[in-house]
Amino acid sequence: MKLGVLDSSNLTGGQQLAVKYYTVAVVLFGAQILFGLFAGLQFLAPEFGYNVLDFSVNRMVHVNAMIVWMLYGFIGAIYWLVEEEAGTELVGLKLGNLAFWVLTAAVTVVVLVYLFVQTGPGEIESIWFINEGREYIEAPRWADIGIVVCLLVFFYNVAATFMKGKWSGISGVLVFDLVAVAGLYLAGMFYTTNVSVEQYWWWWVIHLWVEATWEVLIGCIMAWGLIKTLGASRKIVTTWLYIEVALMLGAGILGLGHHYFWIGTPEYWFTVGGFFSALEPVPLVAMVVHAVYDSGVHRFKNTNHPALAWLIAHAFGNFFGAGVFGFMHTLPQVNLYTHGTQWSSSHGHFAFFGAYATINIAMFYIALQKWRGNVYMSAGLADNGWKWKWALGLLNMGVVGMTMALLVSGYEQAFVERALGGSTWAAYFAAQNSVWFIQGMLWREIFGLMTAAGFGLLVWDLVTIGRTETRSMLIPAEAAKAAA
Amino acid sequence: MITTAWWASEDFWRKATIWITAFMVVVLIVLTYDSLSQISAGTERVPAYSAINNRIYYRQDKSRNMPVPVIGDPAPLFGKILSETEAEALVEKGKITTQAKNCMGCHTILGNGAYFAPDLTKAWLDPAWGSEGTREQLMMRFLLDPPANSRGYGSKRRMPNLGITEEEARGIIAFLKWMSTIDTNGFPRNFTPIAQEGDR
Ligand code: HEC
Ligand code: HEM
Ligand code: HEM
Ligand SMILES: [Fe+2]
Repeated sequence: MKLGVLDSSNLTGGQQLAVKYYTVAVVLFGAQILFGLFAGLQFLAPEFGYNVLDFSVNRMVHVNAMIVWMLYGFIGAIYWLVEEEAGTELVGLKLGNLAFWVLTAAVTVVVLVYLFVQTGPGEIESIWFINEGREYIEAPRWADIGIVVCLLVFFYNVAATFMKGKWSGISGVLVFDLVAVAGLYLAGMFYTTNVSVEQYWWWWVIHLWVEATWEVLIGCIMAWGLIKTLGASRKIVTTWLYIEVALMLGAGILGLGHHYFWIGTPEYWFTVGGFFSALEPVPLVAMVVHAVYDSGVHRFKNTNHPALAWLIAHAFGNFFGAGVFGFMHTLPQVNLYTHGTQWSSSHGHFAFFGAYATINIAMFYIALQKWRGNVYMSAGLADNGWKWKWALGLLNMGVVGMTMALLVSGYEQAFVERALGGSTWAAYFAAQNSVWFIQGMLWREIFGLMTAAGFGLLVWDLVTIGRTETRSMLIPAEAAKAAA
Repeated sequence: MITTAWWASEDFWRKATIWITAFMVVVLIVLTYDSLSQISAGTERVPAYSAINNRIYYRQDKSRNMPVPVIGDPAPLFGKILSETEAEALVEKGKITTQAKNCMGCHTILGNGAYFAPDLTKAWLDPAWGSEGTREQLMMRFLLDPPANSRGYGSKRRMPNLGITEEEARGIIAFLKWMSTIDTNGFPRNFTPIAQEGDR
């Protein structure tokens, strides 16, 4: 074993599987950005890709790559920590490996079909084999079934490992949550002609994923990460986790109602959805306080600087992107005008990036550190660590820049198309053609390029960080002592 | 010795988490039963598919202070009154086509989807179709060849040719007409519907 060399013997079986998931996640993150740039460009130059790679295709690949890479990241993170948390070896590693390859093959086929077949005739077979035409979960039905089977294998690995080893507060929450994540996916797996009913269940998947179960999942990962990178006390972290989960599910489950204002559902959702979703930012504040407080207590001295920086970016991104930008349009009186405009896109970018991309990137750094033989990753890295710092800066500024640009376009669209024009075909284009709207689209693309540059640097950093390092990782307790 | 107050103890919060979550799930399930019963096809909020046999208005409801769809006199789609089963089959054809061609990859439907093209919720009532007399024909022509019938209103953005067949287009038009009957609580606000016979 040599320090600084990627050597899989540095990793446990579960962790070797985790880095496979991470590798695919990074590739898909790249695909997401590339196709996002294509789709963004089509707002400015509609002839680009017309009839070859139409907007709908680029967008479908963009958002699907995002969902899948984030799920890959989460699965990887859990394979990463399950053995340590359970205190025993992973149960069913071979099966887990098989599931990885099957899932990855399925994802590849789905993407190829998206790109080269694109659409099908108006028959139910198209929904089985080409795409379901339902934002975020467009994957055809055969792939849905494959995904569920692979998720079941994953769940078996995790639950059986905890059963064989020991349970903890974190693992208890985690396992319950995984049941919910997988179960909710089933709500998006049937066809119905009644579009109101369809969207009712579609939101169960989307909302109850990102604003309930995924938040809980990253709460678990964050809890583990704070213990790991800062040496925070398990008892305190676990208590905080319960508080966060209680608040998150207390607000987020009925907060679902903020998507039931206009799809045909009864008017009582105005009250239920408006009230509970307005409370959703509360747990996000608790999460920021928790993360920043813990970091402060440990004087930010820690074993992995890039990872901690990304964890802090996560705490703030989650709060601002989901909490603040979500709150801005969550009351029905506002949402009546902003619903389905670039305003939603502004919030969607900030929230998904701020809450979920960030924490996955933190886990990539934690994985690399160990993969390279517990290499040193605290202050004073080679070249002053410029690559990870610039990647962090460019990615965050890029996404925040896109968010603000989209917000300008969103305001313009909400006023011109929705409030004044009443959402007719002509009113839609009146907004799209307005100068401020177009400027917003232009700046989104410019900041998108900045995001892409940050991504390039991130990948470069991930493959090089620690390679020439001669020092070993600080032990968390020592890092904490050095701080005291 | 430092003791932990009850409100800061791990045990208290574990129990609180379980009870709060269980309670919210139960409430959601109850509301879901109620909502689904109110939005199944053939209810006041989501009319039966055979509503496509009638004229659809979008009128301000003074007591609710929002515009709502009103189902008027018979005005059969493509000149033919359909039975409930036939109407459902036609709307279903359209609905499956919207999924197979991923219309939501560019458009919003009930406000959800993509923001590259106009919202389709009330497309049936859009004044851009001119008049009742020309609407069906113009919609059909547009769907069969969108670039040739493009409007764009000064934008270069066009809908691509998606290879929609005539049968599929009929289905889509039926689906759009049926969707315009859904009571969307006043979304989109201020919408100016196409002029129709019986307008006041
Ligand atoms: C690649 C993007 C794209 C896809 C996919 C797409 N459209 Fe469109 N659609 C547009 C654009 C852009 C316009 C505006 C065209 C114009 O003004 O010339 C439009 C206009 C329309 C209109 C007229 C607008 C209105 O408000 O009434 C209808 C109806 C329509 N599309 C239906 C559909 C249906 C149905 C599907 C799926 C079968 C679909 N579109 C798929 C881009 C798309
Ligand atoms: C990490 C958590 C979150 C993520 C990833 C997220 C993401 C998204 C995305 C992508 C959409 C657009 C959905 C679509 O395609 O139609 C959306 C919509 C919405 N979000 Fe969030 N969100 C999060 C949290 C929140 C919170 C906490 C609130 C409220 C306080 C909120 C309020 C809303 C509202 C009201 C909409 C509907 C927009 C519309 O009407 O078009 N979100 N969210
Ligand atoms: C790098 C540059 C990026 C560009 C140029 C870009 C561009 C786009 C475009 C054009 C759309 C379609 C919006 C519409 O329908 O009008 C979109 C949707 C979306 N993108 Fe991106 N994107 C980028 C990066 C990202 C990143 C990093 C994330 C999150 C991690 C993200 C998350 C999303 C989401 C959630 C949606 C759906 C939004 C909604 O429906 O409201 N994108 N993006
Ligand atoms: Fe939501």
